Amino acid sequence: MSPGRVLTRWLIPLAVVPLLVLLGYGFRTDPKVIPSPLIDRPAAPFTLKTFDGSPIALTALRGKVVVVNFWASWCYPACYEEAPVLERGWRAYKDRGLVMVGINIQDKEAPARKFLAQFGHTFPNAPDPAGRVSVDYGVYGVPETFFIDRDGRVRYKHVGAVTDEIFKAQAEKLLGERP
Amino acid sequence: MIPEFGYAASVAGLLLAVYGSAAAAVGAHTGRPKLLESSEWAATGVWVFVTGCMLLMVYAFLTFDFSVRYVAVNTNRGTPFYYRITALWGALEGSIILWTWMLALYTLIVVRKYRRRQPEFYPWVLAVMLGIAAFFLLVMTIPAPPFERLSPVPPDGRGLNPLLEDSGMITHPVALYLGFTGFTVPFAFAMAALIIGRTGDEWISITRRWTIIAWYFLSLGLLIGGWWSYHVLGWGGYWAWDPVENAAFMPWLTGTALLHSVMIQERRRMLKLWNITLIIATFGLTIFGTFLTRSGIIGSVHAFTQGSIGQFFLAFLALVLLGAFSLLAWRLDRLKAQGELDSILSRESAFLLNNLFLVAAAFTVFFGTIFPLLSEAVRGVKVSVGAPFFNLVNIPIFLALLFLMGVGPLIAWRRASADNLRRNFLKPVAAGVVAAAVLRLLGVGNALVLLCMGLVVFVTGTIVLDFFRAARARRRSGDGWRAATMGLLLHQNRRYGGFVVHLGILVVALGVAGSQAWSVQTEATIDKGQSVELAGYTVRFDGLEASEESNHGKVTGTFTVSNGGGPLTVLYPAKKFYPQEQTPIAAVDYRLGFLQDLYLVLGDFGQDGSHATIKVQVNRMVSWLWIGGLILTLGAALAILPDEKRPA
Repeated sequence: MSPGRVLTRWLIPLAVVPLLVLLGYGFRTDPKVIPSPLIDRPAAPFTLKTFDGSPIALTALRGKVVVVNFWASWCYPACYEEAPVLERGWRAYKDRGLVMVGINIQDKEAPARKFLAQFGHTFPNAPDPAGRVSVDYGVYGVPETFFIDRDGRVRYKHVGAVTDEIFKAQAEKLLGERP
Repeated sequence: MIPEFGYAASVAGLLLAVYGSAAAAVGAHTGRPKLLESSEWAATGVWVFVTGCMLLMVYAFLTFDFSVRYVAVNTNRGTPFYYRITALWGALEGSIILWTWMLALYTLIVVRKYRRRQPEFYPWVLAVMLGIAAFFLLVMTIPAPPFERLSPVPPDGRGLNPLLEDSGMITHPVALYLGFTGFTVPFAFAMAALIIGRTGDEWISITRRWTIIAWYFLSLGLLIGGWWSYHVLGWGGYWAWDPVENAAFMPWLTGTALLHSVMIQERRRMLKLWNITLIIATFGLTIFGTFLTRSGIIGSVHAFTQGSIGQFFLAFLALVLLGAFSLLAWRLDRLKAQGELDSILSRESAFLLNNLFLVAAAFTVFFGTIFPLLSEAVRGVKVSVGAPFFNLVNIPIFLALLFLMGVGPLIAWRRASADNLRRNFLKPVAAGVVAAAVLRLLGVGNALVLLCMGLVVFVTGTIVLDFFRAARARRRSGDGWRAATMGLLLHQNRRYGGFVVHLGILVVALGVAGSQAWSVQTEATIDKGQSVELAGYTVRFDGLEASEESNHGKVTGTFTVSNGGGPLTVLYPAKKFYPQEQTPIAAVDYRLGFLQDLYLVLGDFGQDGSHATIKVQVNRMVSWLWIGGLILTLGAALAILPDEKRPA
């Protein structure tokens, strides 16, 4: 057989390579990531009453970095995975001017309180009984977490469980900015 | 302890599959029967361990063992009993168990059936099948371990995706996976044929029934999927060209092409290379489909798990395609056709065209499905193509296929004479043209519908004509009409089973054309006691009722339906509120009919029950899809029956 024919023959299996490369490229993109329209826009104000009965208003927190986390007690396992992360992050950065706010959505009160007790959350957590706040923030599923800068603008939105690395990176970045 | 046992069983299965695959290959290569025998034991062991995994998982579901993450995510204490069992395949990890189990079962059947009958093919078939099983067991061990622990153990689980709480979801995945895994058998035989260099017709005649079995289950799976979409999702349709649907449809198209092209190889010794390519493509597409729907690279309305599983599937897909096509390249000289095409007017050319169109359809579906990826890679823009693209490209292809469905089975092999054409096609063509003309006069204006219906009548005419002639021939040998009919169906089951499948497709085609062209819908917000009217129906809103079900809250509307005369029926569309879901789930109610379905979807409503928004659809001829599907699967079942020994 001539070398030319040998070459042609092995082009058959090689023909699938471009397809495989294209599919491999798919891992570098995420079809679900559609940039949130809220990024760099002023965060929608809210006033809620926490589980402890004290009021909490976003406008009163201007000048601080605010992390707003939407969660539910039935959200296994993501909310359970990130709960200790949030508490750790809050403890690590609260003295530097970070406020952590948990907003409990689409939930019942008893299991929500049980969830808070289980993880010993010390940051303010409030139910959003009418779902108004989650609509304002365009929350699609729990958990979702919004990082708001000192000027009250949404700077980063995270869908799914937050990790220590993400929390640290965002908190350091926003705390490092001058108001 | 259950998670540990389950994990151990999957690891043991993996080791056995790897060993068995290697032992079968080495045994075949060196001719050592002891090694081969040990690989048979390994195959049995794989099946036993995977069965063990499955039973352990079912047990974990039944006992609400929320320490198993998969159980906690897919059930809660309110999940009804049956769905606790079928929750096994409610998500990725468990589906992989089911898939692997079916593969192991097929492998076991192959061992029992072919160890003596096909001593040359068999060891390599076993090596390939166990190799594939090893991949799935690897997936069960590393990227998607079903028995992963959850800590801390939650008091209750999240619950099954509510859309999956439906009888269709009990059977749909089972049928679909039996179809997907079924194509492994012909693929393994094709690979064995390349390895041992026996690239003739043997692998095709051995696996013909296997291919039909896989095709049968895949068709059934697609059909049940359509029915589920229609009566659960509440959008009134049965097919949306979603990537998940396309993933199952592509191997169906190439599998259908294969079922036809093997006939040419058997008869005319042509298309050897093509047939091997088709089975590689079909098997590759079953893996590609799983990759597509589980890797998260393409967006879909279905919720997908992500993680490293995509990389595993892509690596395996690469291995399969590169390996299989390399074998093919190596044996290229033995895949030359011995026959050649004599005339354009011949059965060979009709079948070739049929293959061309089926593969073209598969390619357009493939192209449309990966288009978002392609667009982002090339232009950096996220664009996806929807139903308009798929319909635009595929409708002409499917109409052409309908036409060929009438031509292929009756036109002569090699070269059709003018007499053959006149004898077989004059009356059916006339019937088709007359039917289209009559429908036009009756007021059907849509050209595509007219064309489709005319073609359906033409093809039906060819089938009836052929069947009538064959039955008449049998009658001459003394049978009554009934005996003659049964005789044809049972003794020439391959040909006439195929015809029954064709009839089923025709009925499905009418259903698709009718439902697309003639369905109507309206949406209205009405107060209690008021009515909305559509296509002769009057739908009156009689009130709302709230109730608490085992795992969700439910608001049910009462709507009394009448048409002209008295009340016809009362329908109860509802909205279900699952605590774990962001949005309520619509539970449609419907009244199915032969010519039209009345289909109600409850929208928003006043908390006090004073008013409600209701979507009313009159969906025409949708039932024909299910009837046609039933006919189609019956025909396929007929074709699966063993061949009658033909007199030489």
